[in-house]
Amino acid sequence: MRRLLYLLPFLLFIGVGVAFYLGFERDPRDIPSALIDKPAPTFDLPAVPGQMAQGQPATGGLSSAKLAGDVTLVNVFASWCIPCKAEHPVITRLSREQGVTVYGINYKDKPEDALTWLSRNGNPYAAIGADQDGRVSIDWGVYGVPESYLIDRKGRIRFKHVGPLTPQVVEEQILPMVKHLRQG
Amino acid sequence: MKRLLLAVLLALSAPAAIPALAVQPDEVLPDPALESRARAISQELRCLVCQNQSIDDSNAPLARDLRLLVRDRLKAGDSDDKVMEFVTDRYGDYVLLRPPFKATTLVLWIGPFAVLLLGAAGTFLFLRGRRGVAAGADTAPLSADERRRLDALLRKDD
Repeated sequence: MRRLLYLLPFLLFIGVGVAFYLGFERDPRDIPSALIDKPAPTFDLPAVPGQMAQGQPATGGLSSAKLAGDVTLVNVFASWCIPCKAEHPVITRLSREQGVTVYGINYKDKPEDALTWLSRNGNPYAAIGADQDGRVSIDWGVYGVPESYLIDRKGRIRFKHVGPLTPQVVEEQILPMVKHLRQG
Repeated sequence: MKRLLLAVLLALSAPAAIPALAVQPDEVLPDPALESRARAISQELRCLVCQNQSIDDSNAPLARDLRLLVRDRLKAGDSDDKVMEFVTDRYGDYVLLRPPFKATTLVLWIGPFAVLLLGAAGTFLFLRGRRGVAAGADTAPLSADERRRLDALLRKDD
């Protein structure tokens, strides 16, 4: 019993060490969203100006009204954001092959740059809202693009991913969640 | 001469020691009272891009957007608490550089005092135990044989 007492500081040290070690595994940039399970913010964003002129179908911007009905993914992107380009094929596959409606919020982008980017990389978005001053994105709690939000049929935010979507995140988190939310 | 030169150099370098302001002139509100409230609020809000800077110190574009937002809310007539609430509703308690005292932050606030108390209790118990040993509280008195040997040893020293 007494020997155990002497071991106590050592055991405490091991415990604290393990806790700190696990802390290293966490990404400090990954801040939990305050909006999970809350209704998506009310907003009404115009389309990227000039989308028609480039021969791309004008989808009339994005508003919160469009988000209710089906499970959708809202992706915040910008042409100046390098990881957005990295995740673009993953988003494209999600929208074209995996049957998830993806909406885009074009964050603080120049319209001409956004349009060039979309015509070069393809446009997987069912509609895009241009958030030129970033105010609507602040309502969404955006702090670094790209960010993706999963919205359920009632228009509530159910999941948030900060940083580029990877095939692994899609397979392991997004698709199962979409399936679950469609049933619910 | 040398001293004069040093003094001049020191005087010249003083302005450089004042940190550059992140708040741009075009952000500043015309009403000084409102502006000083905006500054005070901005100093309490974490910039989510640089994380260890307040939005008042940070040059990140998001920090600027949040500074403008804080000023817009104040202009719209919000109280300081209302502005804070507006920002925490969107970004969570994480944006507050001073975490609030509530159930989820209890370990953070109480933890250090609990550890201090635990250490103090341990020290107290340890010292009390040792004082007991020193006072001979838990040692048996000398037997007659031991006493005789001790006397003999002490006498030899004289």
